[in-house]
Amino acid sequence: MSIFIDKNTKVIVQGITGSAGGFHARQMIEYGTQIVGGVTPGKGGQKFDDKVPVFNTVSEAKAATNANASIIYVPPPFAADAILEAVSAGIEFIITITEGIPVLDMVKVKEVLKDSGSRLVGPNCPGVITPGQCKMGIMPGHIHKEGHVGVVSKSGTLTYEAVGQLSALGIGQSTCVGIGGDPVNGTGFIDVLSAFNDDKDTHAVVMIGEIGGTAEEEAADWVKANMKKPVVGFIAGVTAPPGRRMGHAGAIIAGGKGTAKDKIAAFEAAGIAVAPTPAEIGATLKSVYKG
Amino acid sequence: MKIHEYQGKDILRKYGVPTLKGTLAHTADEAVAAAEDLGYPCVIKAQIHAGGRGKGGGVKLAKNKAEAKEHADAILGMTLKTHQTGPEGQLVKKVLVESGCAIARELYVGVVLDRETSRVCVMASTEGGVEIEKVAEETPDKILKEWVDPTTGLMPFQARNLAFGLGLKGSEIKHAVKFFTALYAAYIGTDASLAEINPLVVTEGGEVIALDAKFNFDDNSLYRQKDVAEMRDPDEEDPRETKAKAFDLSYVALDGNIGCMVNGAGLAMATMDIIKHVGGEPANFLDVGGGADEAKVTAAFKIILEDPAVKAVFVNIFGGIAKCDVIADGVVAAARELGLEVPLIVRLEGTNVDQGKQILKDSGLKITPADDMLDGAKKAVAAAGAA
Repeated sequence: MSIFIDKNTKVIVQGITGSAGGFHARQMIEYGTQIVGGVTPGKGGQKFDDKVPVFNTVSEAKAATNANASIIYVPPPFAADAILEAVSAGIEFIITITEGIPVLDMVKVKEVLKDSGSRLVGPNCPGVITPGQCKMGIMPGHIHKEGHVGVVSKSGTLTYEAVGQLSALGIGQSTCVGIGGDPVNGTGFIDVLSAFNDDKDTHAVVMIGEIGGTAEEEAADWVKANMKKPVVGFIAGVTAPPGRRMGHAGAIIAGGKGTAKDKIAAFEAAGIAVAPTPAEIGATLKSVYKG
Repeated sequence: MKIHEYQGKDILRKYGVPTLKGTLAHTADEAVAAAEDLGYPCVIKAQIHAGGRGKGGGVKLAKNKAEAKEHADAILGMTLKTHQTGPEGQLVKKVLVESGCAIARELYVGVVLDRETSRVCVMASTEGGVEIEKVAEETPDKILKEWVDPTTGLMPFQARNLAFGLGLKGSEIKHAVKFFTALYAAYIGTDASLAEINPLVVTEGGEVIALDAKFNFDDNSLYRQKDVAEMRDPDEEDPRETKAKAFDLSYVALDGNIGCMVNGAGLAMATMDIIKHVGGEPANFLDVGGGADEAKVTAAFKIILEDPAVKAVFVNIFGGIAKCDVIADGVVAAARELGLEVPLIVRLEGTNVDQGKQILKDSGLKITPADDMLDGAKKAVAAAGAA
């Protein structure tokens, strides 16, 4: 088992004829993901790489392929529209890789998501991978290993760092979820932790947060009250100065809120083992979970 | 992105939020002419992006021409230090000369994105003129909040909730409702991330006026907010950060001596943290991004090395989309082009790592390889200490 995606997930790629969409579609197919179609308005009827059918709309793509998931590589000005198109078509699981979507666009998207049957992961995220089964995202597939540790993170490369450490220690992953570093996103820490908690094949969890907002503090409270499995954590940005945006749109300490110190304290209070350095995330997991 | 108060007030006027009459001045003569035109008393206000200008001596009341000249002379050209500028302060190059008004009450109103609810929140408080963070900390019950459904916008009843909650009466209510509605429209219309009026004043005549205006904007929206983007003031920004932006690099200058070049924001922060953990101080945050190529890597190196404090450079790359061999090519080209004199420590991991390491080895350059990020951080700290 795993969460969100597995070998039966049928994926369409919105923006498949663009350079990023095309490149990653090939990578995902190579990994073994079932890419059943693509969507680019105006290019319906074409075949991507002579094999994947391209459709004009998500509705058409869903009707023709029975896809239940979509991954979006559409440029920022058109990304909110692409997400809402996928929601409207009844796609259950949507990942948005796009970085740089206006936050007020996401405020509207979030409102629509609340009353829909769709789950959105992202935007501005590396995607989701269930090792050995399905890769929906831009992460390097080869660093992952099948196993029983769930990973949830706001960061891309820092997640690869953690996964690389786990795999090197012989610890495989059930599913790795990048929720993204934007201030408004579809799926939060608690959604993922809750799914890991209910997943029989996930035995322990790595949670990686960063400065900005209070999502880590809320997740820590949730862990304390509900989590049945060991959780280890890491927070990036202990040295980040207040009031400065550190790359991610959401990574900013504002009004005294969102410091790494507060988040680490919340983790520790919830019984989450915090890795002292980003080089010791794997080792910290190993100290609480023997595999 | 941030703007000046006078620019914020231009936006407010465009959306029908009441402000006082004011004129921007770059010299004391211009300021005096503006004061004479507006009449007395008037207020001379330093225009820098940081808050806390009044406490730092950047806002003065002038009751006559002589005072207007005296204050304008004092403020223009001063290095204003506030709790937001840092100890180095910020040079004042322009002032806003504004009419005075008879203040009955000072209030606060701010429009922000509330990350917990993913909705825009309009906050108001009777504690105007005070830092709102302080109010939130000490007397949170004095902050009124209305969360806005994006499909309806701020409704009149919500604006009334705030107005009555602030203890406004009679015609003040009507003015305040109009004010809040217009301010919300300005926030949405400009893709702001913060619109804060502190203080917002109720005059003795019952009018509701924005005495100050602080706007921050969502950088992701600037492509569709050309008027806002043009308000950028390079004098208020670190020139290295401006240059980094031009190359689509994310750079933040810090106080330490170890330059960092990393791919990905989270890993870049984590790299700073691990340097500090092993006893060093990072000189910067720098994310070269996922699509790092040779040109970007060279630009990143140039920006890092422009900081005279940098005594060693630590490159920490976990290749995903960015391939280690491409990064290594960039590092070698940049080191050759710039005649790199400080120690360079490189840690590569991920996609095409072996090719990347080989390129560094074959370059003949003095590059210290690192096994992992802890090893790299230790080597960088040692090198910076020895330099």
